[in-house]
Amino acid sequence: MADIRIDSVSKYFGTQPALRDVSLDVRDGEFVALLGPSGCGKTTLLRAVAGLDPQSSGRILIGGRDVSDLPPRSRGLAMVFQNYAVFPHLRVRDNIAFGLVMTGAAKDRIERQVARAAALMHIEMLLDRYPGQLSGGQRQRVAVARALAVEPAVLLMDEPLSNLDALLRLEMRAELKGVLAEARTTTLYVTHDQTEAMGLADRIAIMQDGRIVQMGTPMDIYRHPHSMFVGGFIGNPPMNFLRLSVTDGVVRLGTLTLTPPASARGAVTLGIRPEDLDVADNGLGFTFRIHVPEPLGPHVLLTGDADGQSMRVAIPPDHVVLAGETVMLRPHADRIAWMDPDTGRALEGT
Amino acid sequence: MSRIRRMLFVSGILLVCAWTLVPIYLVALGGIGGAKTVYAWPKPFWPAGLSFANFTAFLQIEGLWPAMLRSVEVAVMCMALSLVLGAPAGYALARFAFRGSNVYRLMILMTRAFPVGILALPLAVGFVRLGIYDTPLAVALMHTALALPFAVLVTSSLFLGIPRELEEAAWVFGCSGPGAFRRVVLPLAIPGIAATAIFAFVISWNEVFAASVLTVRNKTLTAYLLTLLSEAPLQSQLAGGLLLILPSVFFIFVVRRYLFAIWGVGNR
Repeated sequence: MADIRIDSVSKYFGTQPALRDVSLDVRDGEFVALLGPSGCGKTTLLRAVAGLDPQSSGRILIGGRDVSDLPPRSRGLAMVFQNYAVFPHLRVRDNIAFGLVMTGAAKDRIERQVARAAALMHIEMLLDRYPGQLSGGQRQRVAVARALAVEPAVLLMDEPLSNLDALLRLEMRAELKGVLAEARTTTLYVTHDQTEAMGLADRIAIMQDGRIVQMGTPMDIYRHPHSMFVGGFIGNPPMNFLRLSVTDGVVRLGTLTLTPPASARGAVTLGIRPEDLDVADNGLGFTFRIHVPEPLGPHVLLTGDADGQSMRVAIPPDHVVLAGETVMLRPHADRIAWMDPDTGRALEGT
Repeated sequence: MSRIRRMLFVSGILLVCAWTLVPIYLVALGGIGGAKTVYAWPKPFWPAGLSFANFTAFLQIEGLWPAMLRSVEVAVMCMALSLVLGAPAGYALARFAFRGSNVYRLMILMTRAFPVGILALPLAVGFVRLGIYDTPLAVALMHTALALPFAVLVTSSLFLGIPRELEEAAWVFGCSGPGAFRRVVLPLAIPGIAATAIFAFVISWNEVFAASVLTVRNKTLTAYLLTLLSEAPLQSQLAGGLLLILPSVFFIFVVRRYLFAIWGVGNR
């Protein structure tokens, strides 16, 4: 086990920057998810840590050892690939044993480790099959077992669940969390799926354009996004943003008077999550015109507009509403995120 | 409608089969059907009588066995050279994006656009200067030039069919670059590489023009038979032809699956 320290790493493909001065610390035994839209550099960062595509500048330390110039095999890590990369010409048993065989481990140790990893992933009965005889989900289990069998200091995972169907993904996600929590392996996990990151990770690093734009626990990021990008990327449906004008240091929204941070000048953006709005029966609030109501079961999702700006609101399922109606809404005062409408960044004091 | 399409499809297949099989059948008929069948017209579907006399006579021709041995020697050299030179080039084309890789790929194909004569005649002069004229090595070099484009393109699509992630996984789990190639890529590529080798062998085995130009005394089987049998009776010619056809037909039949890899169809 070891910590990972990524120290001002940059990576260029030709002249195109893919990573811009990225620094990140992953503590020993911690599960960190790299989350971002495609092309944000998350996979590039993971491959730099693995040594598959070395960085252009900066250092990577694993367990305090500078591995920047070491080939992948000398870095003491294991990896699970997006398309599993299970060796098709080897039986499941030999696939799982591959890393141990390469280190020249004793035969009885290999057998013990293979049995343990297989038991952990519930694939004991598949050990003598070839990967071609397995389903996608089973291959994924073999790939994870192969990585766990070497008891790596660091485990890297590149969108390991993205090729599975929705139901299987949910099942594997829960199982993976259990297995990895038990193994206490330092894990760096790349995903573009925010629910996956929220559900699995101890901390999430949000990436955009080759930079880490916010790092924190899932709830911290959900509650306090540092920018409109993060607020919009995390959460489904995403955070609502209303552009409002500031007069005399306050913002008027319907009958409400809200006080943004003192640094707001002229205009400000109010960020609010769909579920942090209440229907105001007493008339204190702002008018929201419903375009489409969608009763989803746990809540009713309303798409509409307030003051000409489109919004999505989740209200309890016992409200009966129709398209074209208006309702009065009131935001939870402590859940409002104030943003600078020009830079898209959160304003100081929120 | 679909019935008509199906009939067209089937008759197309039959036509293509007839195109290649009828000549082979006629050669076989002449070669082992006895002297009467050779000159008979119309041809009987079944030979009047099986006779291997032409065969045995053919096999006793003086210089046949040395020529055949030489043919094998040349074909094996051609096979080895094509693999040693072609497989790394195929690997490079499949794995690395480099400037001019498409031009390179095209140039490889272009080498086949020149008639063999354009290659063989200047090479004969060159080989005389080098002092390797009339040796199996000279013929093997010429045949390698013919087989190499196929070796490069087939192995390149072969390596393309092996996902890069498999190699990367091998690196992560403890392999060096060559180690990953040996433990992961090679086992997966070996059937296709074997097919490429056999194909190079067959190209060399069948080739007659360059072999005739580049040798005088040390002729390969095809070149030797060309000079020898031009005066022989028809049934002997046909018996010799049949003996030459059979190995290559057999080999091509064995490796046909992998040859489609050139066109990117039915990869593995």
